[in-house]
Amino acid sequence: MRVDLVDIRKHYGFVKANDGVNLSVAPGEIHGVLGENGAGKSTLMKILSGFTARTSGSIVVDGRPVDYRSTAEAFRFGIGMLYQDPLDFPQMTVVDNFVLGQSGEVSLRRDAVQACFQTLADSFNFQLNPEAPVDSLTVGERQQLELLRLLSSGIQVLILDEPTTGISSAQKELLYTALRRLAGEGKSVLLVSHKLEDVETLCDRVSVLRLGRVTGSMVRPFDTEEILKMMFGARPHTPMRSAQPAGSEMLVMQQVSSSGGRCGLVDCSVVIRAGEVVGLAGLEGSGQEVFLRLACGLKRPQKGAIRFFGRTVLNNKYNYFKLIGAYFLPTARLEEGLIPGLTITEHLALQDERRPFRVDYAEAAEAAARRIANFRIKGLPQTSVEELSGGNQQRLLLSFLPPKPHLLLLENPTRGLDLESVNWVWGHLQSFSRNGTSIVFSSPELDEILMVAHRVLVFFNGRIIMDIPASAASVQEIGRAIAGKQQTTS
Amino acid sequence: MIVRTLREIGVALVVVFLFTTLVLVVSGAPPLQAYMVLFQGSLGSWVKFTQVIKVWIPLTLCGCGLLFTFRIGLWNIGVEGQVMIGAVFTTWMLRAGGGRPEIAPLFIAASLAASVLGGALWAGIAGFLKTKGGVNEIFAGLGLNFVAQGVLLWLIFGPWKQPGVASMSGTETFPTELWLQAPALLRIPPLTLGIVTAALIATGLLLRHTRIGLELKAIGSNPSAAFLYGLRPSALMLLAMLFAGGFAGLAGNLQVTAVYHRLIPAISSNYGYLALLVVMLANYNIWLVAPVAFFFAGLNVGSIQLPMLLQLDSSLSGVIQGALVLATLGMHGWRRIRLNREQAKQRL
Repeated sequence: MRVDLVDIRKHYGFVKANDGVNLSVAPGEIHGVLGENGAGKSTLMKILSGFTARTSGSIVVDGRPVDYRSTAEAFRFGIGMLYQDPLDFPQMTVVDNFVLGQSGEVSLRRDAVQACFQTLADSFNFQLNPEAPVDSLTVGERQQLELLRLLSSGIQVLILDEPTTGISSAQKELLYTALRRLAGEGKSVLLVSHKLEDVETLCDRVSVLRLGRVTGSMVRPFDTEEILKMMFGARPHTPMRSAQPAGSEMLVMQQVSSSGGRCGLVDCSVVIRAGEVVGLAGLEGSGQEVFLRLACGLKRPQKGAIRFFGRTVLNNKYNYFKLIGAYFLPTARLEEGLIPGLTITEHLALQDERRPFRVDYAEAAEAAARRIANFRIKGLPQTSVEELSGGNQQRLLLSFLPPKPHLLLLENPTRGLDLESVNWVWGHLQSFSRNGTSIVFSSPELDEILMVAHRVLVFFNGRIIMDIPASAASVQEIGRAIAGKQQTTS
Repeated sequence: MIVRTLREIGVALVVVFLFTTLVLVVSGAPPLQAYMVLFQGSLGSWVKFTQVIKVWIPLTLCGCGLLFTFRIGLWNIGVEGQVMIGAVFTTWMLRAGGGRPEIAPLFIAASLAASVLGGALWAGIAGFLKTKGGVNEIFAGLGLNFVAQGVLLWLIFGPWKQPGVASMSGTETFPTELWLQAPALLRIPPLTLGIVTAALIATGLLLRHTRIGLELKAIGSNPSAAFLYGLRPSALMLLAMLFAGGFAGLAGNLQVTAVYHRLIPAISSNYGYLALLVVMLANYNIWLVAPVAFFFAGLNVGSIQLPMLLQLDSSLSGVIQGALVLATLGMHGWRRIRLNREQAKQRL
């Protein structure tokens, strides 16, 4: 099906999220939509999927102008969207979720539906247990379920919003294969991403959005330099690994085991040295999150010892670690890191430990204004944190860190950030590490880990199965470890 | 913010006025006359006005306490029982002081302290069950309300019964030196007004200008992040419950020392439950708690004469109060939906 978006505009007050966008997708084409955060790509896709109403412009399907006001109506034209966070019912089973998407029939023929589901899943090589509750699935598996649900209802245009965020590389391969097959069947695929690599390997054509307009479009083969110029104006510099430090032992874990997460943490022994940047690789939920929470005292180990600066830590409470200079930033910024409903000023007042009783809000507002200026946060002292963009929330969290922490534990610190923010965040973090701060961070992106880390720890099923210097690591080798191909730990 | 809340209350008032009128018409009562009776019964004379103030005092005190628990996201429905236990502790202290008029003020002062302790203790049990046992504070509070009522009745019909006869009319009336005295003209003990004013100011200062207020808000908004900021949700929840219970206990004390001068089975008069509605209608805003409590008190007192004059049940005030809160909650819900929609749009 051919879709033309003609002069699409979407205005929120004075903000022009889409400012006259023209974009066409041919049948059988995989079309990448690139752009940094806030470029307007999500808005455009949500207009196409019927989620958001446009201010003006028209949508033309197979040469016929169409008008719809909801996702359900868009569905009838064969347009469906796979959202970044799957919209499903976590407590119900896979097959029940699948059934809920089917239209029509009042009576459910479970056997028939299950058979239909199984055939469809098998044809894509998706291994989903139909009776498993959805909340036991990984993000990637939920995405597969959602994809099957959309396909079974006969969509012709598939929109995917950042589909490779938070899924394993094996799942990514399966997804790519599925998308290529769909394109081969004549369906149109629109892929929104900020990851150049995804788009370059998969797409036939890309369109780049910047500040609500299309700044360019390109067909295969792609010129990366050219695309970056369209996205950012000029090529952003990539952060580089800083020189390998030879610091003293800072954090030592000996045979630490703990429950939590998907598979807990088993027999973990690790030494983190001062000034070192250590990347935790592995499929999401392979023990990295448990490791970080143990290291900052948010969790207690069931077995084993944690030593900080040579002293065994007995009183593992977060306050204690904070006192000796270990800080944790969770990936779920609004859920765990910040307090929605409180302003930037209130966040700073909350951390001002010099005042045990009275709060000086005027002083806190000044402190807030200083951080906003130093960290280039787009917001005001009286702005509630949930109104900030993801990048600005991360800057705010970083601004809370003291000038010289000993150890930073960061869970996926660049999640959902655009390239410019990623560079800024790492530039800032590396200034810490030059001063002797150790940084331990997890990331689903191997590229990011290899770019900034001195050392890589690969987690698989709750164990560290690889511990090597980043300079000695090859992508293939680490990739194999992530997928669970056991190797000798160096 | 406060303007928006006032505007919303205005809209809710109009809606509820229309609804109440409909109820009156359906039940065959002349609406205008009913409203007149309500008005004259509450603000028609100085005597009536002072009666309204006597209801306003416990409502406002409970409201102050509830601001703390609402702020941290707790539903302290046990406030009713906390009022009763405050009254029980008061009576206990005053009974000890009976027959010694020369040091009566000392016992009144002691009863004030005891009521705060008693209310806080009762709320503390619910808070302890919540933070240590994982018992929902609503269920714990509700259960403790029944226990408090039981204790109250047992004392009135058992150990503290009037000489010779146990009666629903309560314990024996205390000698006047154990009353909070009211000047004949004012009809309200000045000390009670002082206590309410102090409670309002203290609550406002604590919530707006201290760490406690900020930390309560932080935990109420996001308990899972609070830990990262070195806050202790359990300790603060317990503290909020203690505050709420303390204020409720104080309300119970004034019901004994300033209003009934004895312990009666209905000593709490549902003012605790009503205060929950007051605070919700005030949108958890300290400035609005006092006026909204006054309005509710006016309705309560004004409706007393309805059965006599119009053969209408006095529960009309309850209809109005309930409808008001429902209308306000509906408006809050509507505003949240609208806000979410706008935010969802902005996030794209």
